[in-house]
Amino acid sequence: MKFGVVVFPGSNCDHDTVYTLENILEQEVVEIWHKDDDLQDVDAIVLPGGFSYGDYLRSGAIARFSPIMKQVIEFANRGGLLIGICNGFQILCETGLLPGALLHNNNQKFICKNINIIPDNNDSAVNATLNKDKALKIPIAHAEGRYFAPEEDLSKMRQNGQILFRYCDESGVVSREHNPNGSVENIAGVCNELKNVFGMMPHPERAADDELGNTDGRLILESLIKSFEEKRVSSYN
Amino acid sequence: MLFKFNQEFRILIIFVSVPEQKLLFMITQTNVDIKTAESLGINAEEFEMIKKILGREPNFTELSIYSVMWSEHASYKNSIKWLKTLPREGEQILAAAGEENAGMVDVGSGLACVFKIESHNHPCAVEPYQGAATGVGGINRDIFTMGARPVAQLNSLRFGTLKEERTKWHVKGVVKGIGDYGNSFGVPVVGGEVYFNDCYNTNPLVNAMSVGLMKKDEMISAIAKGKGNPVFIVGSRTGKDGIHGATFASADITENSAEDLPSVQVGDPFQEKLLLEASLDLNKTDTIIGMQDMGAAGIICSTSEMSEKGGCGMKIDLDKVPLRQANMEPWEILLSESQERMLVVAKKGMEKEVEAVFDKWDLNCVIIGEVIEEDRLLFYMKGELYADVPASTLVLGGGAPVYDREYKEPAYYKQLKEFNIESVDEPASLRDVAWSLASNANIASKRWVYEQYDTMVGTRNMTTNFPCDAGLVNIKGSRSALALTVDCNSRYVYADPDIGTQIAVSEAARNITCSGADPLAITNCLNFGNPYNPEVYWQFVGAIKGMSKACKKFGTPVTGGNVSFYNQTSIGNEVVPVYPTPTIGMLGVVKEKNNQMSMAFKGKGSMIYLIGKSRNDISSSQYLVSWHGIEKSPVPYFNLEEEFRMQTVLRELISYSLVRSAHDISEGGLFISLFECGIPKCLGFDITSDAEVRRDAFLFGEAQGRVVVTVSPTRETEFIDYMLKQDVPFSALGHVTRGEMRIDDMSYGFVCDMKKAYMESLESQLKE
Repeated sequence: MKFGVVVFPGSNCDHDTVYTLENILEQEVVEIWHKDDDLQDVDAIVLPGGFSYGDYLRSGAIARFSPIMKQVIEFANRGGLLIGICNGFQILCETGLLPGALLHNNNQKFICKNINIIPDNNDSAVNATLNKDKALKIPIAHAEGRYFAPEEDLSKMRQNGQILFRYCDESGVVSREHNPNGSVENIAGVCNELKNVFGMMPHPERAADDELGNTDGRLILESLIKSFEEKRVSSYN
Repeated sequence: MLFKFNQEFRILIIFVSVPEQKLLFMITQTNVDIKTAESLGINAEEFEMIKKILGREPNFTELSIYSVMWSEHASYKNSIKWLKTLPREGEQILAAAGEENAGMVDVGSGLACVFKIESHNHPCAVEPYQGAATGVGGINRDIFTMGARPVAQLNSLRFGTLKEERTKWHVKGVVKGIGDYGNSFGVPVVGGEVYFNDCYNTNPLVNAMSVGLMKKDEMISAIAKGKGNPVFIVGSRTGKDGIHGATFASADITENSAEDLPSVQVGDPFQEKLLLEASLDLNKTDTIIGMQDMGAAGIICSTSEMSEKGGCGMKIDLDKVPLRQANMEPWEILLSESQERMLVVAKKGMEKEVEAVFDKWDLNCVIIGEVIEEDRLLFYMKGELYADVPASTLVLGGGAPVYDREYKEPAYYKQLKEFNIESVDEPASLRDVAWSLASNANIASKRWVYEQYDTMVGTRNMTTNFPCDAGLVNIKGSRSALALTVDCNSRYVYADPDIGTQIAVSEAARNITCSGADPLAITNCLNFGNPYNPEVYWQFVGAIKGMSKACKKFGTPVTGGNVSFYNQTSIGNEVVPVYPTPTIGMLGVVKEKNNQMSMAFKGKGSMIYLIGKSRNDISSSQYLVSWHGIEKSPVPYFNLEEEFRMQTVLRELISYSLVRSAHDISEGGLFISLFECGIPKCLGFDITSDAEVRRDAFLFGEAQGRVVVTVSPTRETEFIDYMLKQDVPFSALGHVTRGEMRIDDMSYGFVCDMKKAYMESLESQLKE
């Protein structure tokens, strides 16, 4: 599978994402510079974490106007796989490719720590192969990660299986106590209606290397790759 | 040259302590006399030196140049004599102290580690948020200007008592400043320390360390050479920020210092991130002669230091410098401390390639002059020559003055030695002491602080899921990892500057050793009071002597660092210096990653051993200070030779896999150490005390040279056999339990309950 990792000025998880996909998951990866207009025939695009354009206005608010985003949006509208992690998720909400918005954490502080999330369903490429009863330990690192969407949107998203992950405790129980940032319904990640555009605040690429003692995040990326490969096999058949 | 120009006081403290400064701005090129010189911080003797160097009267621009370059910050004039006595050599050293912007050490695998620590104390006293942010920016620029990518940061913070509102303001601002800058810049914080003491009430200490990795043959030097080679300024535009900062920084913080707020600079981590990527991209081209970041004293500092290093000069046209505002005078442009700028000397004919790199990152990149053969710096504006000075006379090791300061043993030193443990009654309930210490701000978890820092960006932090005494940074694709720590117990240094500093180095080495690494080298940040106070200078001299002894013993040369004097507060008529605080930043290497050692108890039933010896000593312990209210007592027990032997044995134990966990004993003593081992998995301990020492000393004393290890029952015999052959004392303490803490058959409660108090204490004290 060929991944393209978009590099905005101020992206700071681009190298980590490339390293994880290339060295740990052994996929083909190219970097896509924000001023480029060629997506280099990738199968999936990742918008990595960081502080694109400094994020001095509102996270992701400037990046959505970046030259490359025109191609990225077209790619997604054609059904291409697009995943935004942390700042990438914020950018996708700003573009409108994903529903909802990411607000300042309810404690008004940057928070970096391991938290637990649980897949809400197995309906999407990024959670298809995950165990629905098992919590995954994944790091978060953000100041604006409080997911919000109006109730009518949330109810549609619930019906459609668009909620990917929720914050929970170690045993997978979703509770207010284990909501690190005040996200509505403990939502940690969502997808669009067509289930080809994904966004999540936790960083799966930071929990993929055996040498760092936690590989739960790898399962999410593996799910994406496996789903893609299976789909490709079935479309050949 | 030992220490390079430091970055401190990029912002600063202009008009207040010397109200006449306001006149400066009306003085033109002429009318320079001794009064002008003195108002710029140049004394009569120095003024004569300048006249002699130039062979004429300096003009105002030139005088301003000398005033910043010969300021304490830039010239180290009051410290360099002693700094030169520190051990600076070793086969691992690739760039020794003073040679480049930071020290460079061979860490194997063809890689070099570039690291340095610096202070940003005074800025943080008046504007904690921007003071801390620009401190982080400055230290990181020192690393990537050499071509290394920063991979880890640490910080050592000291604040006043949490009872003061001002302290809470300092803590919140500094932590947010470090976080906002470092998080955006994208370098993880992998370690640090935070202490609280009254002596820092108005003068907090904010020491930031950055650590970078690079291929060892790709270093960019801070040098200018080659007649006609173009000189570029790159990065942010130049504004009127922090002008004369380096000069006026060398003044005590007063109660009026808050009025200096308008001169505080604003950091821009986004620009810094772009500058980082552009600098590293530039290093991939074959265009660079040399590069240096701009910190304190801005353009004048980088032009003079780079020229001096190459034995040449520069001709600079100040009209070319991209400015943030109109109507800047030549001396303002030269002295501006605007952030996120670099000076690059490139090869002639390769200008286009240089410009293309910075164009990619949308950064300014402008040729402002060229290298000339003579030892002269010529600064022009609107066709007129505004300054003509020999570069070498401006810098440390060149013409800058060097002073020998007087020092004298303070009266308190002998008084402290009169302390006798027998005068202190053992508390009725040691259990109460234990619980009180666990939530003491100096001991309790610093979670409230570190969760505001990105500790994991870069996917190299090996301690997130594997807590240990040092921060471990993965060297991807190799078998090794970096081990990093910052340490200093300033109460010990106050009690005895020589021994206290030996302890700071030893504790750093102990932390490195407990993580499974070998100590390699140190960087230091020397925070002291006013050097003209002989008692303060006595502390400084003692600290340097102690550091030398310990660094020689551990084979960890000093690769550079920073000196910050004038850390004291005048309140009314009284001047109170901070505790002498020589912060040690140590680098080590874990040669085999599978030797990484955690502090955490692994499971119930492990045997707990003490390596080192319990002593009947409670001196300078947190217990003595906070339970008995005795702030001043001698330095705790310490023996450098024993410490060294203990650490050597521990490294062998780890390499033979004979221990399952290792954690050093420091603030709070043995009890706190055991409790901390239990925290990750909520495991407890059942131990027996030593009949030969008082129980309070056994549990809470801070005698040095001790480590708690656990041993698997299946390897206990092997462990004992090995230890019996060594010349290092050890004793069995007890075993790991499911969660209860028991000492001499008495329950001290459960680890998971105490953990709650330990985790939440700092946050609740900040909220009160």
